[in-house]
Amino acid sequence: MAWTRDEMAARAAQELEDGFYVNLGIGIPTLVANHIAEDIDVTLQSENGMLGMGPFPYEDQVDPDLINAGKQTITELRRTSYFSSADSFAMIRGGHIDISILGAMEVSETGDIANWMIPGKLVKGMGGAMDLVAGVKRVVVIMDHANKAGEPKLLKECTLPLTGKACIDRIITTLGVFDVKGDHLELIELAPGATLEEIAGKTEAKYTVSDALVEHEAA
Amino acid sequence: MKKVYPDAKAALDGLVFDGMTIMAGGFGLCGIPENAIAALHATGVKDLTVISNNCGVDGFGLGVLLDNKQIRKMVSSYVGENKEFERQFLSGELELEFNPQGTLAERIRAGGAGIPGFFTKTGVGTMIAEGKEHREFDGETYIMETGLTADLSIVKAWKADPEGNLVFRKTARNFNPMMATAGKVTVAEVEEIVGLGELDPDSIHTPGIFVQRIVKGAFEKRIEQRTVRERESA
Repeated sequence: MAWTRDEMAARAAQELEDGFYVNLGIGIPTLVANHIAEDIDVTLQSENGMLGMGPFPYEDQVDPDLINAGKQTITELRRTSYFSSADSFAMIRGGHIDISILGAMEVSETGDIANWMIPGKLVKGMGGAMDLVAGVKRVVVIMDHANKAGEPKLLKECTLPLTGKACIDRIITTLGVFDVKGDHLELIELAPGATLEEIAGKTEAKYTVSDALVEHEAA
Repeated sequence: MKKVYPDAKAALDGLVFDGMTIMAGGFGLCGIPENAIAALHATGVKDLTVISNNCGVDGFGLGVLLDNKQIRKMVSSYVGENKEFERQFLSGELELEFNPQGTLAERIRAGGAGIPGFFTKTGVGTMIAEGKEHREFDGETYIMETGLTADLSIVKAWKADPEGNLVFRKTARNFNPMMATAGKVTVAEVEEIVGLGELDPDSIHTPGIFVQRIVKGAFEKRIEQRTVRERESA
């Protein structure tokens, strides 16, 4: 049990509020767009220079001049605007984007994040991730609770080079939801089938369990 | 002064030399100056420092300059789409300077605007901040980044007029407008050159003062990730 990637994305979509300007990272976070509640209106920003990102095009609408930050072909909406990369990061760095939802390799108990490089392996680059975590009002991470070897990804301190320090507000993992509380994490929700024992065994970061812990039932 | 040149080769004539710094517009393969890149390839100019958000893919975009070993150093934010890049970087043939994407965009904007340095919170506490001046403003820590300029900027726009006024199209704009301001010489390649007065002066993205040479190009516009959805059947 525990949440699938799609279920984590659905949980992350609940972080969005009516009127929000939203930047979704590449990978699992892009799935969040499929789960936005119908009664709220949000505007998606793509850091390559677009506000008001629409869905993937139909085959006959594909336009090479219209892509998102993951280089995927997309469409525009009636509200869309286009701008330069400098203007795009004025939005991001300047605190005009309400929330960013990103993937991560590691998050620390103080809200540090590492998600851009593994020393000794091929380094692809940070793209816009460092600007996003530094500038966006609220930053939420979606990630597997443990890595492929079963080792914790929620750590006392990140072992990989940082993307940003003390910048993460909330972490949604396959096993539950944690808030960053300055010097420690607080477990606020348990995924269906996840237990406190399992989380204790797969978490290195210091965390407390909320008095108001929400235990999700299997759907 | 006549700015319109017959082709990209002519537009680069007298501008290229070994060891020069070139800014190249584009995000991924979107809005890249395909014609100037091909012309640079043909000149054989080498030891280039290239400032560009990405480095093309194998065999296309800036990848063709890599394949020809014309690039000595890249200044980029993300280079993950290129095996030859990986090979040259890991073998030590190619130097690489990573910049956060927003920092790269702002360094170019600043360079073109005559601003030698600025402070940003992006990268504070990371390896990007190592060796850089730190300063507090209103209790928050920032690092100093410097403006960037280039010997030559090659940019891609949708339309130009003979004055060099440019209009970009959709997300093909990206880094092109800032780079146009930051080159000692800027060569713009476009899909269409229209007559004077045909561009709405209120809708010009890059004023012609930033563009010295213009060429009408032919564009392949390769797509990296063709993602589509199915029409629901009636």
